[in-house]
Amino acid sequence: MKNDPSRRKILSMGAGLATLTACTSKQEAPSQVGAALSPYGNRSPHETAKRLPPPADSKTPATGGSRTPLQDSYGTITPSSLHFERHHAGIPDIDPARHELLIHGLVEQPLVYSLEDLKRFPATTRVHFVECSGNGGAEYTAAPGATAQVSHGLASCSEWTGVPVKLLLAEAKLKPEAKWVVAEGGDACKLARSIPLAKLMDDAMIVYAQNGEAIRPEQGYPMRLLLPGWEGNSNVKWVRRLHATAEPAQTTHETAYYTDLMPDGKSRQFSFELETKSVITRPSGGQKLTGGQGDYEITGLAWSGRGKITRVEISLDGGKTWKDAELTQPIHAKAFTRFRMPWSWDGAAVTMQSRASDDTGYTQVSQDELAAARGRNYRYHNNGIKVWYIQSDGSVSHVAQV
Amino acid sequence: MLLRFSLVVLAAGALAFGQGRIGRPAPEEKIKAINITTMSTGAGLPEGKGTAAGGKSVYKEKCETCHNEKLEGRTGQYPALVGGKGSLNTSKPVRTVGSYWPYATTVFDYIRRSMPYDQPGSLSNDETYALVALILNANGIIGENDEMNKDSLPKVKMPNAGNFVPDARPDVKAKR
Repeated sequence: MKNDPSRRKILSMGAGLATLTACTSKQEAPSQVGAALSPYGNRSPHETAKRLPPPADSKTPATGGSRTPLQDSYGTITPSSLHFERHHAGIPDIDPARHELLIHGLVEQPLVYSLEDLKRFPATTRVHFVECSGNGGAEYTAAPGATAQVSHGLASCSEWTGVPVKLLLAEAKLKPEAKWVVAEGGDACKLARSIPLAKLMDDAMIVYAQNGEAIRPEQGYPMRLLLPGWEGNSNVKWVRRLHATAEPAQTTHETAYYTDLMPDGKSRQFSFELETKSVITRPSGGQKLTGGQGDYEITGLAWSGRGKITRVEISLDGGKTWKDAELTQPIHAKAFTRFRMPWSWDGAAVTMQSRASDDTGYTQVSQDELAAARGRNYRYHNNGIKVWYIQSDGSVSHVAQV
Repeated sequence: MLLRFSLVVLAAGALAFGQGRIGRPAPEEKIKAINITTMSTGAGLPEGKGTAAGGKSVYKEKCETCHNEKLEGRTGQYPALVGGKGSLNTSKPVRTVGSYWPYATTVFDYIRRSMPYDQPGSLSNDETYALVALILNANGIIGENDEMNKDSLPKVKMPNAGNFVPDARPDVKAKR
């Protein structure tokens, strides 16, 4: 029976389970004209994948994070409406006609740019992930994320369009003493981060578009700084000011927060790069192999802030042996890469994990190996291996015993 | 002459791209109006002054609801402003202005740019200096009547200064 194709079913995902009953009645051919055309589309009402914002009774509902439902994702692009959020003082309502980007400080000629000014430059379009460096911060602890959304959902990937920052800095003409740039947002807290000049002269962009339309308000409308592969907080949203300086300003978000405390009490600072990471998104925590024994696809996402993903391996025996997964082409640098592996489940309990490598030669290590090197107070930049446990009833969990 | 030559060789209405500049000169008033960068050297700090004693009434009115009357914070998004001394190398580190922040200027910068949470930008420079003084005093870093201003604030030595080190990653190599 286990090889009977009619018994094979695709995996039901978290949201899918709830609507299983409604979907099982046989579809009849439509006998009536459907809905009218519309100016701006919506997804099917049967689709329910959603971010997880703070609870409605939060005292500060505008501050915090909402995570991307990676377990419900396909391919590598995150729909803009499901891109994770991390705000420190809410989403400002900015009229692009009244917004300007100021470049000043250690420059020969301070300049301002409107959105329309930026669109006069030759546009650059690239696919990049953005990840909060707090993503996976609980993975060291006794309570790792129960779903891919909770453990890894502070990461998303988009096609971004904008202007390389170096073109703007070239117009303003940097003075030789300039070594850093303080980037400031136009949100209520005026979030500020000091960025090393070398990054801005490399691949940094001011982006105004995301996935084929204007960037979403949650992502910095009308413009944000994009620092490919660097921690999300430094990709300043609603950016309104770039201040060239000789030294970092030592803002709150580069001293009190986003610094990593080591066991000896010292803290690592200006840890911008996001290291190679991966997570199996299906089957993953909270899902269930509903078809019993037989064929399934294991799939997930891998990314590196240093370059291209070159390899993803999957282990189904607790890390004793590893097999290469297939990587979906094209592979972009500093972008989500989809991996896949066909698999036939024999019905026994499985300990399943993925580890990714990038083109710098770096390979992910286990949470315990990370903790041995960094201690467990290191609450940002966790890129350790994520383990899922498939129980014999087909349910998938983040812990060995449920 | 060069410009005229370009006009001749290019089609009517076309100039060679990149000869000019798209950005518009920023007026000095515009820069002054929005430049609130504060450097750890003290550059960017405004005129004004305040003491911990003078900050009590402002704290009560603008800060206490969230950060509590003893500066201990409240659960969730309202961090403690005091405490944590000696905790950084334990399993329960408490990161506060007193135990963790390396520069006193950052306290001024953060209050000026972001606080109070629901009314950022509403405090005067004197009020901001007074609140900085109050927080530093509550952590035992300065005296109750020590005046904080653009000259004295950058000279304040924070207990955890010097404990921030550069990024050392990649620091773990996979065994195969």
